[in-house]
Amino acid sequence: MSKRTLELELATPGVDAQGHATRVPLTAPVEPDLGGEHLLVNIGPQHPATHGVLRLVVELDGETVLRCIPHVGYLHSGFEKLGEYRHYNQIIPLTDRTDYLSPMSNNVGFALAAEKLMGIEITPRCTVLRVIACEMSRIISHMVWLGTTSIDLGAFTPFLWAFQQRERIYDLQEMWTGARLTTSLTRVGGLMADIPDAFVGKLREFTQTFPKTLDEIDRVLTRNAVWAGRTQGVGALTAAEAINYSLSGPMLRASGVPYDLRKDKPYLGYETYDFDVIVGEHGDVYDRYLVRLEECYQSNKILQQALDRLPDGPINVDDPKVILPSKTRAMSDMEAMIFHFKQVMEGVKAPVGEAYVGIENPKGELGNYLVSDGTAKPVRWRIRPPSFINLSALPKMAEGHLLSDLIAINASVDIVMGEVDR
Amino acid sequence: MIPGVLREAKARDGEHIVYVARERLLETMRWLKETPDQAFDYLVDVTAVEYRDRERPLEVVYFLRSLSRKVDIRVKVELDAADELAVDSVWSLWHGADWLEREVFDMFGITFTGHPDLRRILMWETYAEGNPLRKSFPLRGRFSRAEQVRQALNANPEAHYSLEELSIADAGGDLPEDMRERLKRGERGTIPEPGSRE
Repeated sequence: MSKRTLELELATPGVDAQGHATRVPLTAPVEPDLGGEHLLVNIGPQHPATHGVLRLVVELDGETVLRCIPHVGYLHSGFEKLGEYRHYNQIIPLTDRTDYLSPMSNNVGFALAAEKLMGIEITPRCTVLRVIACEMSRIISHMVWLGTTSIDLGAFTPFLWAFQQRERIYDLQEMWTGARLTTSLTRVGGLMADIPDAFVGKLREFTQTFPKTLDEIDRVLTRNAVWAGRTQGVGALTAAEAINYSLSGPMLRASGVPYDLRKDKPYLGYETYDFDVIVGEHGDVYDRYLVRLEECYQSNKILQQALDRLPDGPINVDDPKVILPSKTRAMSDMEAMIFHFKQVMEGVKAPVGEAYVGIENPKGELGNYLVSDGTAKPVRWRIRPPSFINLSALPKMAEGHLLSDLIAINASVDIVMGEVDR
Repeated sequence: MIPGVLREAKARDGEHIVYVARERLLETMRWLKETPDQAFDYLVDVTAVEYRDRERPLEVVYFLRSLSRKVDIRVKVELDAADELAVDSVWSLWHGADWLEREVFDMFGITFTGHPDLRRILMWETYAEGNPLRKSFPLRGRFSRAEQVRQALNANPEAHYSLEELSIADAGGDLPEDMRERLKRGERGTIPEPGSRE
């Protein structure tokens, strides 16, 4: 299926000097050469179109970007350093704050790495609940991306529609964890809480009504001449370039590389769900939009399947050395109190060694690399930040485009500065 | 047999780790990337590890992946902290290494020889407290909060631009007079001639 039949229609109705109706092409005429005098323009770090505290120093020839030099680090919080001073479970609140547009799947990514390091097998119910958490995160992250990008390119309505849907997922997150943004959902070996009774019904209602909004966004943007004109052929990367720049997630797939960790390195039993890997063909901003939009449909499909199969049973592993006893037991049972004390005071010790788990986050491959020397605190906690690595291709993508296209290209990367700067 | 391998190990997640001699890193990486039945065409991540045990060497860790074979491998180079902290850059093989190596340089002070633009990335260019992820670096930093604030408030506008960036504005005659005065003193080095870059 190809939706790219629009190139020939990229024109807007107008009149010529004699008053005859004509179609004015939307492409810009070639800029005259200004005799080599270049301009230095600073964009950001406080600028609405840089999606956070990103700063771009741009060398311009007329309106054409010759060079774009990104400056990052304005939101650097030293999470990796902080992690070296914390128990494994104490690190989980830090993961909320890296990619704060999809906190739940960050929690899951870290918990999977810690469990791999400690050799813990999680329960079937926990596995399915974590899939639900990941896919809910993908939807809200893509909704924020869609909304903000459409605002960058001058379309206000899709922003409101997208944020309304995001709000509904936020309500579900609040219902489950008590927090809308800083969810801290997972614990090593399980979850902080089971879902409340009304959750399944509410989420099912969401999955039934959400595709209608996607259809509306699709109708208002996909065949929109202005949208297509601003995004088609802008910031294109070939498959070889995308691989060479280590891009991941929708950025990689839009360039035509069918690589999705959920299929190619399955975790949480993703191989048992029925969904498609969405692949673009041109690798431009427009294809990245199509990939993300279609991924929302797929996530919705996975959510429905997960709800259908959600098994009963415990959410935490049955290991008192890893999971805190319930408050009632800790207060009434001597043994449970000792386990509680030891876990809080000493933390959960991980065996010597290292583990890396990469999960398919909304923005790309989120890797958590943990190195342990046998104590309860990691020697090294490394986050492989997908949007940091995707952003590193920005100078390459922006070269030779107009300054206004730079905004579209930057938006298409889907960065979140909390994660880029960590 | 992978060339230049000193020893091999298995990680707790089941991945294969190979330790490579520092001098032969680039050769090994090129072999891993370009040998058809290896085809490790994708660089997942570059990072470094310093252990709490001061006797253990620092490790630079490369995560490689073959997208077609769906296999991962982890390549490690050990660097003695007392020695010169330098390895060859793999930027020529994977451009994705650009920012990743800059981050390791910034956070650990490891130099990547052959990197085209090795500058600090998360910390600013004039940051003088050291390399934050080294174990010898205190959690709260080396300078007091008052000193950090003082330095931030005293920074001149041109401190936010690299000299190369300033050369663009200088060529257009767009720099303010006082800025030009300060730069003429050469405390940050000299502005390169415009067009001197390739």
